[in-house]
Amino acid sequence: MEHARVLRGVAGVAGFLAAAEIVGATGLIDDRFLPRMSAILRGAAELLADQEFLADARATLAAWGLGLLLTVAVAVPAGLALGALPPVERAVRPLIEFLRPIPSVAVVPLAILLFSDNLHLRVAVVVYAASWPIVINTIYALRDVDPLAKETLRSFGFGPMSVLLRVALPSAAPFIATGIRVAAGTAIILVISAELLAGGAEGVGIYIMEAASGNRMDLMLGATLWAGLFGVLSNSALVAVERRLFRWHDARAGVAR
Amino acid sequence: MLEITDLVHSYGSHRVLDGVSIRAAEGELVCVVGPSGCGKSTLLRSVAGLIRPTGGRVLIDGRPVERIPDNLAVVFQDYSRSLYPWMTAANNVALPLRRRGLDRRRRREAAMAALDQVGLADAAEKYPWEMSGGMQQRVSIARALAYRPSLLLMDEPFGSVDAQTREDLEDLVLRVCAHHGMTTLLITHDIDESVYVGDRVIVLTRSPTRVAADLPVDLGRSRDQIATRQLGAFVRLRAEVGRLVRGGSPTPTVLEKH
Repeated sequence: MEHARVLRGVAGVAGFLAAAEIVGATGLIDDRFLPRMSAILRGAAELLADQEFLADARATLAAWGLGLLLTVAVAVPAGLALGALPPVERAVRPLIEFLRPIPSVAVVPLAILLFSDNLHLRVAVVVYAASWPIVINTIYALRDVDPLAKETLRSFGFGPMSVLLRVALPSAAPFIATGIRVAAGTAIILVISAELLAGGAEGVGIYIMEAASGNRMDLMLGATLWAGLFGVLSNSALVAVERRLFRWHDARAGVAR
Repeated sequence: MLEITDLVHSYGSHRVLDGVSIRAAEGELVCVVGPSGCGKSTLLRSVAGLIRPTGGRVLIDGRPVERIPDNLAVVFQDYSRSLYPWMTAANNVALPLRRRGLDRRRRREAAMAALDQVGLADAAEKYPWEMSGGMQQRVSIARALAYRPSLLLMDEPFGSVDAQTREDLEDLVLRVCAHHGMTTLLITHDIDESVYVGDRVIVLTRSPTRVAADLPVDLGRSRDQIATRQLGAFVRLRAEVGRLVRGGSPTPTVLEKH
């Protein structure tokens, strides 16, 4: 099952790359606007030996990691508080519903005005954008905690805070983890978007801009490819962590692997 | 030990309990049986302090139940929702013992001893979802035992297991309750079971619920799944409880015997 799935995925990607290469080879698209797939892949490979690109990648990853860490530290407690206190949640809800649909990239210009430090700017944008999926997932997960599970602990004389931490939080954890995984994807988008819009000294976004202005389409798209690949890798790493940590959840829900 | 006096509870304008009075002496196993939807669970939740009844009084050891009493444990019907799937059996059993101020090692020892009593010493490191329904309910019972309550409340504890497992669990409860001298209130809709397990059977009426009858069970403390159910006294009492649950009136001849 698992092998067949991976194999099909690989076949799909390979098919796309081959098709793109063939379209390039027929001369249907001018190489100067869109380099051939083989050139892009060669560019992406070259970047691995490019010290400047590696430093940029490190800077982007640092902003991503720091931003995500801070997001979790802010959004999980916020979600727990809102989920555990329905009156507060009802009061804050309209604000959330108003802010959430605003495209997160639209706050970058505001962040440029507020933060002089480039790392601070990117981290702040990540925290703003990536908090939503975690907060929302946490609120809904807490609402869906089995009342009997809570009542059981209550019947042994445990107070509301103990019930929240010992029953509600573990019950909600798999859904919170999914929120964090979605947030990780949002965060990488926002870090690179902020770099493209705000400029600065280093970052994958900066590298992409410089490659574009130097007319190196192969390097520009190669760097873009790495950004996408990073998104895929971080997502599968988090899926693996979830499966390991929440074996009980899958076993109960009867999820087929 | 347990005194429930004139308990009244309404959900909105719907009166569920209409003046229910039940007494249980120290160490007694009292079965409460009644037609489905008669407010048995509401009764249990009021005794456990999980809901505040509209009227009436519940005294445990002479003290009124205002908040959740700390000498009481509940076994719910739905073990799969009542056990925590992220914890092993041993950790599920040990969790409530935090309320007893025991350190980690003592909690562990008490949990292992309770699991041993219900015949699950080998399953301590299993997760609930790795166990059969009967085993899971044994873990719930062990969790209640380890807490060492003076009052044990059981809400349809055998309602979700197969017939064979049900008999095993009935005998298990009889054994451990007698062993610990625990006062037990067992709620069931199963007439046969109420007579087999109980020292006394309280029959409730349909909603709005009152006590229809309070019948002593003169079958002695030691019971046997086959022999006890063949006794004339068992058969007569079961028929009487059945009549009452269906809304009949008490038969004088049966009551005269006691």
